[in-house]
Amino acid sequence: MNNSLKQPANIVVWVVLLTMPYWMGFVGGYTELATRILVMALGAMALNFLLGFTGVLSFGHAAFFGLGAYGAAMTIKYIAPSSMLALFIGVLVGAIAGALIGALIVKRRGVYFAMTTIAFGQVFYFIAFRWNTVTGGDDGLNGWHREPINLGFTQLDIYHNPMLFYYFVLVIFAVSVGIMALLLNSPFGRTLLAIRENERRARFLGIEIERHIWMSFMVSCVFMALAGGLYALLNNFTDPRALRFDLSGNFVIMAVMGGMRSFWGPLVGAAIFVALQDVVSSHTENWMSVIGVVFVLVVLFFPRGILGLTRKANNS
Amino acid sequence: MQLILFDVFNGLITGAFYALMALGLSLILNLSGVINFAHGGFLALGAYLSYTIMPYTGFFGALLVAPVLTAMFGLVIERFLIRPLYGRDPLYSLLLTFGLAYIFEDGSRYIWGAQSVPYQVPAYLSSPLSTEFFFLTGYRVFMVVLVALAVGALFYVLTYTRLGMRIRAGTRDLETVSTLGVNVRILRNLNFGLGIYMAGLAGALAAGLLGLQPTIGTSLLMPSFVAIIVGGLGSLPGTLLGGLLIGVASGLTTVILPSASEAIMYVMMGLVLLIRPRGLMGEEGRVH
Repeated sequence: MNNSLKQPANIVVWVVLLTMPYWMGFVGGYTELATRILVMALGAMALNFLLGFTGVLSFGHAAFFGLGAYGAAMTIKYIAPSSMLALFIGVLVGAIAGALIGALIVKRRGVYFAMTTIAFGQVFYFIAFRWNTVTGGDDGLNGWHREPINLGFTQLDIYHNPMLFYYFVLVIFAVSVGIMALLLNSPFGRTLLAIRENERRARFLGIEIERHIWMSFMVSCVFMALAGGLYALLNNFTDPRALRFDLSGNFVIMAVMGGMRSFWGPLVGAAIFVALQDVVSSHTENWMSVIGVVFVLVVLFFPRGILGLTRKANNS
Repeated sequence: MQLILFDVFNGLITGAFYALMALGLSLILNLSGVINFAHGGFLALGAYLSYTIMPYTGFFGALLVAPVLTAMFGLVIERFLIRPLYGRDPLYSLLLTFGLAYIFEDGSRYIWGAQSVPYQVPAYLSSPLSTEFFFLTGYRVFMVVLVALAVGALFYVLTYTRLGMRIRAGTRDLETVSTLGVNVRILRNLNFGLGIYMAGLAGALAAGLLGLQPTIGTSLLMPSFVAIIVGGLGSLPGTLLGGLLIGVASGLTTVILPSASEAIMYVMMGLVLLIRPRGLMGEEGRVH
């Protein structure tokens, strides 16, 4: 991460993100699409904290995304009309679930960790699907919308103004990404990298592997739930698909496609994936096949991801 | 009482399908370290192939032929798409089969339509055997018997044949097996085919009970993962036990609280992970 390219790359990323709503229209997009890219990118980067920087594969992270979404939606619908409170509760719910599930599975490694996360990921899907009276079942939870934010001296009307909502999400994105970057550059983050590179050696050095993986899992779940909460606010709606296993897989492919060993990789992957999904699903009913082919091609031909390619070129 | 029996029996049947599916998954996972997410897709393929050839071969002919065709397709997929990924991070084979699952589901929707297709079971099999136990139709009993036979045959193959012994040995230590002169590539290929055969058979059988639509595989896939974890990783008898257990448990839950019939499996899984992390029949030291 500490190559000389880091600074210019950061500047490019932030300039692109800051101006995105203004040029999105020229490339055939719209403001909501820009916001969706941002939200999914936050999710993919949260997953990548665990996947790319701790070396632990969770294939059930949609559970925490969905819990954040349902937490936020149900807060506004049943408790209080406040977007900030909704996000807070969403994150809290995701964090609690992450803490419990993380503690159960943290001793497993590799494929077995992945398989356990796949299985656990579905619990909340079934709960949301079956518990009609509270969650709205298969139809999802509607009849609520994101609320304007009251700053005291002025009000941010993120409900009616999609542009304003984009920048609201961008601020949250920036803070979250900043925290993750700080964590990765701290001794804690270095320890995670050590575990990724050589778990046995790290263990012999006296590092408590399980505790560190659990903490990394928690960080990942918290930001995943935050992304889920934002996603619910974006759509003014949520349904069980926000928790389903296919979304977990989509997050993983975003991270891998962009380059899971680079900090901004998942952002690039998310942008491509979301844009592709948007374009393909408006042209053909068989968008699932197209996405499936993308999975296969990425695995066979771009396993290092797009930013992985440039990095390789730079190193040589 | 009858109703409880009915639900237990029903649970046993679903459990048998979970087990059949999970055994195939387990075989592939144990030898090759691949989580085959497309397993549900193969199951659906087996069911649809059986549906398509049934007019020509009859029900039993289809039951015989469709799983074999599915397995052959599996051999090809393994050879060209999965083999290049051995030795790489398991993440990649998981992602690839995940993409395949998308393609399979969408493909079956494209070819056979999104609606469920009529899957005809012979009339003499679908009538109840007794009036008192109305749920005991011939087909259900037939299914249980056939699944039992298939599982018996699988364990026979694994225990007594040369191929089976090599598979079991490879599960323990692939490198040594390779050093002893076994062609590991072919071994993995055949093992994959064997696993897919089980999926195809499960599909051809399940379609008569559950109805046949493109999502039939996905709905059976997730419980199969749970079955493997509950039964214990690395243990095929454990996988069998796990499948039957969660099937019966969710059948029983249907009596008391129908909406929790899926959640109960995950509660069981959580309990097993908490109390006995290696699973009911998992071997010591294989927790990772």
